[in-house]
Amino acid sequence: MEFLRPGSWEEALAAKAEHPEAVPLAGGTDVMVEINFDRRRPDHLLDLNRIGDLYEWETGEDEVRLGASVPYARIMEELRAELPGLALAAHTVGSPQIRNRGSVGGNLGAASPAGDSHPPLLAAGAQVEAESVRGTRLIPAEEFYTGVKRNALAPDELIRAVRIARADGPQQFSKVGTRNAMVIAVCAFSLALHPRSRTVRTGIGSAAPTPVRARAAEDFLAAALEEGGCWESGRPVPPSAARRFAELAAGACNPIDDVRGSARYRRHAVAVMARRTLGWTWDAYRSGGRDSRCA
Amino acid sequence: MRVNFTVNGRPQQADDVWEGESLLYVLRERLGLPGSKNACEQGECGSCTVRLDGLPVCACLVAAGQAEGREVVTVEGLAEHARRRAAGAGTPPEPAGTSLDEARRWTAAPDGTRAAALSPVQQAFVDAGAVQCGFCTPGLLVAADELIERNPEPSDADIREALSGNLCRCTGYETILDAVRLAAARAGEAGPR
Repeated sequence: MEFLRPGSWEEALAAKAEHPEAVPLAGGTDVMVEINFDRRRPDHLLDLNRIGDLYEWETGEDEVRLGASVPYARIMEELRAELPGLALAAHTVGSPQIRNRGSVGGNLGAASPAGDSHPPLLAAGAQVEAESVRGTRLIPAEEFYTGVKRNALAPDELIRAVRIARADGPQQFSKVGTRNAMVIAVCAFSLALHPRSRTVRTGIGSAAPTPVRARAAEDFLAAALEEGGCWESGRPVPPSAARRFAELAAGACNPIDDVRGSARYRRHAVAVMARRTLGWTWDAYRSGGRDSRCA
Repeated sequence: MRVNFTVNGRPQQADDVWEGESLLYVLRERLGLPGSKNACEQGECGSCTVRLDGLPVCACLVAAGQAEGREVVTVEGLAEHARRRAAGAGTPPEPAGTSLDEARRWTAAPDGTRAAALSPVQQAFVDAGAVQCGFCTPGLLVAADELIERNPEPSDADIREALSGNLCRCTGYETILDAVRLAAARAGEAGPR
């Protein structure tokens, strides 16, 4: 095994071009487990720890360009206003030790359907900035997940950053697990209200081969809110609409029975989380969006 | 490959390190620091918690090569780390461990002489009876010490959060929480550190 230690982003891209099979290593919270248990023995490890650019973020007018290696600990502490959904999800990742190392870039690279950051990325609206010596391309999050632990990256590409839309309304994240810490999601749900475009976006984790959006539920709810004049009046979402939204969210799932939970339970839990996150975010919106800072 | 890094204030060099090796393996098997425990090897239990450039991390999930040029504090260096912190920044580091001269002068201590210096958190664990089998203790000590350094007056929720990545299988959490509260209370009495 060879340990490649590029000192700059350019060197990292060159190394990945030369060794497309090299496994990128940042926080190590996925890759090192596989190596420790002999599940993976790559010819090359590509250490990204020395590339400072990956640990920084820029907050623009409409989006945050989040460096791929920014650890969850910093996201939950410092990006709560701009990225409330992702900050909530970050807080549920592993433990303090894991959050000090793990990052959204790593979550995307691993592309596990259970990754905690995927639902809030889908709900907020995000693009993965993939780069290689050939150039840069932006991949919308919903196109990035191509299968169980598979993503849209080309062999010579690395994740430079994630461009996430800044919250223009309340966002929530909910996760089912057996305890509060060190839990892989049985299933997870994220919801973001977008008052500016009068839309609602969702993200579902651990309930299909890939993280997914519940598009039918989103469209239904947007229409129901529009029809009821809810955005202007701030009146509560009619219970029947909330119920239908929850049903449609469960309908977007394609879960399996596994050691963490049954498919039936996952569908049920997603419906419950959809209803609850809708209640929480809508309450926040009605009370003047105190839980989210408008840009 | 060769890895150079600082452990408990002392420059260390490990040779013939396999590229897929963890920092934990290097500490335990190559540097003779067995305080950080090897249990789950997947970041679930916290028994290998060390500080990497100040942050608590699972040493089993840090590749050895990622420690190059960085500073690691293990449970073996906790007392010295706490001593320097109490003395204020700029205290010259006193390498942890035993110098050759000290080792040569070593004699068995008569009963009643003071044992090795402990950090306040370590002393609190002893006093509160927070150690049963002891396997999880080093990781808990490193995590708890960092918590009190960062937050001198932690609430119970803060303590639970800070220790949420450390498992104890002797069901000793209550006394462990007592120990952290005790250490924080004593630090408060001692005034700002």
